[in-house]
Amino acid sequence: MPEIKEAVLCHHCGEECKDENLVFDQKNFCCLGCQTVYELLQENDLCGYYDLNDHAGVSLKSKDHQGKFGYLLNPEIEASILDFKSEGLHKVTLFVPSVHCSSCVWLLENFNKIQAGVLYSRLNFVKKELSLTYDPRKVNLKEIVGLLATVGYEPLISLQNTVRPDKVKTKKDNRLLRQIAVTGFCTGNIMLLSFPEYFKLDLQNDVDAQYQQFFLYLNVLLALPVYFYGAADYLKGAWVSLKEVWKKNTDSLSVDIPIALGVTALFVRSTYETLWNDGGAYWDSMAGLVFFLLVGKWVQKKTFDYLSFERNYKSYFPLAVEVQENDGTYSYKNVDDLKSGDYIRIHNNELIPADAILMDGKAFIDYSFVTGESEAESIHKGELIYAGGRQKGQNIVLKVSKEVSKSYLTQLWNQQNFKEEKEVAKTKLANNFSKYFTYITIGISVLTAIYWYFVNPSLVWPAFTAVLMVACPCALTLSMPFTMGAVMEIFGKNKFYVKNQEVIQKITEVKDIVFDKTGTLTKGSSYSQMTFEGSNLSDEEGIMIKSVAEQSTHPISKLIVKYFENVRAENVSNFSETEGAGIQANFKDKIVQIGHADFLGIAKNEQHQDARTYISIDGKYKGFFKSTPVFRDGFDSLIHGLKSFYQLHVLSGDKSTDKAILANHIQENQLHFEQKPEDKLRFIKTLQKQEHSVLMIGDGLNDAGALRQSDLGIAISENTQIFTPASDAILDAGEFGRLKTFFDFSKTAVNVVKLSFLLSLVYNFICISWAVTGTLSPVVAAIFMPLSSISVVLFAVILTYYKAYRAHLLKS
Amino acid sequence: MSVIIMLVIAALLFAGGFLVAFFWATDDGQFDDTSTPAIRILNDDTVEDKEK
Repeated sequence: MPEIKEAVLCHHCGEECKDENLVFDQKNFCCLGCQTVYELLQENDLCGYYDLNDHAGVSLKSKDHQGKFGYLLNPEIEASILDFKSEGLHKVTLFVPSVHCSSCVWLLENFNKIQAGVLYSRLNFVKKELSLTYDPRKVNLKEIVGLLATVGYEPLISLQNTVRPDKVKTKKDNRLLRQIAVTGFCTGNIMLLSFPEYFKLDLQNDVDAQYQQFFLYLNVLLALPVYFYGAADYLKGAWVSLKEVWKKNTDSLSVDIPIALGVTALFVRSTYETLWNDGGAYWDSMAGLVFFLLVGKWVQKKTFDYLSFERNYKSYFPLAVEVQENDGTYSYKNVDDLKSGDYIRIHNNELIPADAILMDGKAFIDYSFVTGESEAESIHKGELIYAGGRQKGQNIVLKVSKEVSKSYLTQLWNQQNFKEEKEVAKTKLANNFSKYFTYITIGISVLTAIYWYFVNPSLVWPAFTAVLMVACPCALTLSMPFTMGAVMEIFGKNKFYVKNQEVIQKITEVKDIVFDKTGTLTKGSSYSQMTFEGSNLSDEEGIMIKSVAEQSTHPISKLIVKYFENVRAENVSNFSETEGAGIQANFKDKIVQIGHADFLGIAKNEQHQDARTYISIDGKYKGFFKSTPVFRDGFDSLIHGLKSFYQLHVLSGDKSTDKAILANHIQENQLHFEQKPEDKLRFIKTLQKQEHSVLMIGDGLNDAGALRQSDLGIAISENTQIFTPASDAILDAGEFGRLKTFFDFSKTAVNVVKLSFLLSLVYNFICISWAVTGTLSPVVAAIFMPLSSISVVLFAVILTYYKAYRAHLLKS
Repeated sequence: MSVIIMLVIAALLFAGGFLVAFFWATDDGQFDDTSTPAIRILNDDTVEDKEK
């Protein structure tokens, strides 16, 4: 039995001090980085950081940012990410992914105490955005970013930083808020002023009659902004939709039409009653209706502010790269300014921003970003490296062969489907409902008018308008947004974030589900595992293999090292690495060889497709390593659950190594390997040609085209806030196994909406049967219309939460 | 003019003032970030207590 010690936790980050334990100021630290931060905070009297939350810090193990931000010294690059620039004042907004608790807010907002020259810092906790104001004469951006990284809050600076967020969008958001405020204000006042009329006071008294008249005119004044400002978007929308139908571009009627009809009928009728008939007007009904509709719209527009569903390659690509000048020195240049023929230098773990040819150095390129292939590729001099690859190992020099936007990967964004706004296709449900609703309403009102024309002509006008007034599609405009809003929130709590409410309905229409393999069905490459096949290895042999493998930076060697996790490595001698073949070294008196079959001089078995790494010790063949995919938790049950309801497909950028394993779960002819990004896109298109609604689930930029093309793209991510390609929904990788629960619940939600449609039809039926008799009084309308709307919404929302509870989607 | 009419007009103007104040607040970014201030206000208190 090993001795059980109480784990020593790092005072800064709370991680166990495993490899080293530094003691400073009677506190334990797991690494020098954490201790440095503590010292820094202590010097500046900022230890309150630790009082707010125990172990608030971010682990600084294996973080190296030395020289990483050198490009910020280049004035042009610096200027491209600044929000504001003057001689004595710079403003910048940085995205800091590691912000996670109240201590972070505290430290970052006290940043001016650590860094002289910083005048002001403000953090948006939800968006993780840090706004800094600093004096460029005292401090430069590189120093600030460097210090941020030192204390564990390294900002993510990418090409996206140079794209200014458009101010137009925020203005539009304000418009709806303003409409709600104005309409709410007017509605409240109108209701108050209409009150006397409800009681049908005896107006013998002249003064009372005068008051009543005055209130009525005030109501007209208050109703004007409601109709012309509050309801403006509905009127406009209806007009546009009508024009489209007139031009025969479409036969579907927008839901704005019945709304505009109802509101206009209320407005015209009330104006007439007030000015010429001084009878009861329906101002309160009209204002209330518009108010409810606007609130519904607001609920519908709510989304997850802190998630980005619109990322393109710019969010991943570096802002600057080292480019060789004429005199042979290197200086940083904005990636957008790269020209073909430029020589660039790429460091360890940096992304290659443009297609380029390797000129110097040893390149191990990790293409997992582009192709989904998890094994790093070794590239020889003179060969082409595609943009999006990540260098593992030493510095390399490349000659750019294509500009950034024309490279192999980025080309994907020049495809037609990226240029067009992804159509917010009206879902079938809403579409059908608004079409029939409009026609039926108009039909009933016309029939009513015709009937009264022959029976009692004086009732034509009141009955006709009354039908249009009360027939409100509130199920569609209110219960749907509220129900779907509730579903969005429930999903959000379960870490499945959908972009908007339409997505939930689209989920229910899906027929085909297409999965990406690496990173989607399987866990990311950092979870890759090796398995060993061959003769049993003795403990000493294990030590030998690990010791030799540890000398190499090749990803496969690293995986082998990981395989012998609990083995202690020892020194080796005469280590040599043959690029693209293998490594060998002497361990005491034995020669250990790890590598390809050729390298070891073993006859190759051509039958197998998977990449194998062979081991021999002292010339004796011991066996081979191969990597096995690690499927996500719940993979088995999910696939079996989905199988009988959907057509499943797998598209993988990988070689067909795992075909046999996957074939146990999914039909073999639905498995497609070695798919390039465009192939994936094309595959989705072919499915769509068969009138199938296609759901794509992927994780990398290589899936971006397919995600975009599909009717519904779900991006799966280990860290939902950072690495997701543009998509309609983002799923936290840990919840992958619950996909089917989400799909099923979406169907439940649509059924709830349909039920609430039924309920509102009942209400409409009651209202209309009053209306056709021409005896709908303003009081009845004023009470009944809001009551029906609210009860339908309540019914739908409560039922949704109940169903969520039953589906175990509500965690306390 | 009757008292009530004065009262109604005054009330409307008064409430209109709040409407304008609301516009001002939205345009000023009052509702842009609704969660950080909740954390911030707690932070400052804790730290000041420490210094005493």
